[in-house]
Amino acid sequence: MGEVLAWIVWLVAAAACLGTGIRVVIATNPFSSALSLIGNLASLAVLYLLASGEFVAAAQVLVYAGAVMVMFLFVIAYLGGRADAPWAGGTRVFQSASVVTAMALLVVVFVALMLDAGGRLSNEADVNRAFGSPAEMGRLFLTDHLLAFEITSIVLLVAAVGGVVLGMRSEAEAAVDAEEARL
Amino acid sequence: MLGPGVPWYLAISVMLFSIGVAGVLLRRSPLIVLLSLEIMLNSANLAFVGFSRLFGEMDGQIFALSVMAVAAAEVCVGLGLIVAMARRNLILDVDRLTELRG
Repeated sequence: MGEVLAWIVWLVAAAACLGTGIRVVIATNPFSSALSLIGNLASLAVLYLLASGEFVAAAQVLVYAGAVMVMFLFVIAYLGGRADAPWAGGTRVFQSASVVTAMALLVVVFVALMLDAGGRLSNEADVNRAFGSPAEMGRLFLTDHLLAFEITSIVLLVAAVGGVVLGMRSEAEAAVDAEEARL
Repeated sequence: MLGPGVPWYLAISVMLFSIGVAGVLLRRSPLIVLLSLEIMLNSANLAFVGFSRLFGEMDGQIFALSVMAVAAAEVCVGLGLIVAMARRNLILDVDRLTELRG
C-alpha cells in the first residue's frame, strides 16, 4: 500500500515538475514564468522528500520558493511592462538549433547513463532513519564539510555586497536626478 | 526505498536540465534566462539527492544545499544587473546587450 502511494505521489510530482518547467520556458508573461518556477521548486521538494532528503526539501521550500522567488517577483513587478518577454528572437535556424541542442543533450546523457551504469543504479544502499535529517546534516556541515560551509558564507557575503554595489546610483545619475528635481 | 528507484530520479533530472538549456538558448529576456538557469541548477540538485540516496552517503545532500546557496547568490547579482540595466533604459534583450560598457 505504501509502495503504491509513493509511486502515485512520485508520478504526480514528476509530471508537475516537468509541466511547470516547460511552462517556465514557453510562457510569454514573466509573472506566469516565475509562478511556474515556484510550482517546479515545490514539486522538486516532494521528490527530495521521497528520496529521503528531508532537510534539503525543507530548505528548498524555505530558501528557494520562499526567499529567492519573492525577489524574482519583486523585480518583475518593479520592471512592470518592460519585463514583458516576447517569445524568442534570433532566426528560425537558431531557434530550431536550440531545440535540437537540448534534445541532443537529453539523448546523450540518457545513453551514457544506460551504457555505463544501467545495472548498478538499481540497488540502493540501506539507510537508517537519521539519513537526511537536520541533525545529521548539521553534524556533517560542522565536521566534514566545514570548509564548504564557510566558503558558502563568503559567497553569500560577496553576492550581497555585489547587489548593493549594482544597486547604488552613480554620481552622474544622482546629479541628473537632483537637476530634474530642482526644475 | 519507497516508490521509484534512483534511475527515475535521474531521468527527471536530465529532462529538467534539457528544458533549462532550451530556455536559456531560446528566450531573449534576461529574466527568463535566469529562471531557466534556476531550472538547470535544480535538476543538478535532484541528481545529487538521487545519487546521495543510492550510495547512502549524505555528502550529495550537503552539496545540494551548497548549490542552493550559490543559486541564491547568483540570483542576487543577476537581478541586480537586470535592475541596473532597466534604470539605464537599456533594452532587456540578451541579443542586443553586446557591449560591456553601458
